[in-house]
Amino acid sequence: MTPSRLLVLSFLLFSIGFYGVLARRHLVGLLLSLELMFNAGNLAAVAAAWSYGRASGFLLALFGIAVTVAEVALGLALFLLADRVRRTTTPDDLSLLRR
Amino acid sequence: MSDLAFWAGAVLLVACALAVVTARSLYRAAYALSGALVLTAAFYAGLGSALLASVQVLLYTGGVLTLVVYALVVSRGANEGGPARRPFAAASTAALVFGALASFGRSVPAASPAPPPGGRELGLLLFQRYLVPFELLSVLLLAALVGALMVARLERAP
Repeated sequence: MTPSRLLVLSFLLFSIGFYGVLARRHLVGLLLSLELMFNAGNLAAVAAAWSYGRASGFLLALFGIAVTVAEVALGLALFLLADRVRRTTTPDDLSLLRR
Repeated sequence: MSDLAFWAGAVLLVACALAVVTARSLYRAAYALSGALVLTAAFYAGLGSALLASVQVLLYTGGVLTLVVYALVVSRGANEGGPARRPFAAASTAALVFGALASFGRSVPAASPAPPPGGRELGLLLFQRYLVPFELLSVLLLAALVGALMVARLERAP
């Protein structure tokens, strides 16, 4: 295992998550893909920290995990609100501001 | 971590990630995501950072999976992902993103001889040098939780 291989793996995960964000039609599916992208970002930070021998990169991953958990809580609350009030689970139907 | 373990973990991780973005059932996608997160934790452990690996499993995997499954259970709509939206356009855009990123990833130096920081070193760093970001983060988490409760509690939009 080398840092550059780990970085390329994290880029691959990021791109797969990006595909999910573009292609998913369900709000929760979109959130799960976003999680994948966040996780790839953390992995890239750790790989870079390992390669340069800096402890703060590992700390960045810890902070990233905490921010992600906050984002998931808010995203799921918004999903529940959309499900309950607008009766939809598709982001395409939530385009009220565009009209 | 040996080369064989790395490749096995990488193949499993990519398979889990593909399952997250393509599975029809969102429950299955959520479980695949937890598999991907646990495999990432295994990579962290392989690097020698046990603290990061345990935080990843406990907080990230446990917390996220629980929240997602609860939200799916209490929601009214169908829990099927449905067909992908313009899969070829999405896949080619994602491939473009990967190409752009991978062109950066070539110029990374080899691993430094310094071992990854242990729990003691990370803790000292967290509570001395990065104390203010840490406290800001706790405020952010509190605000997010209160906001999530407020948003999910409303029966009707005001």
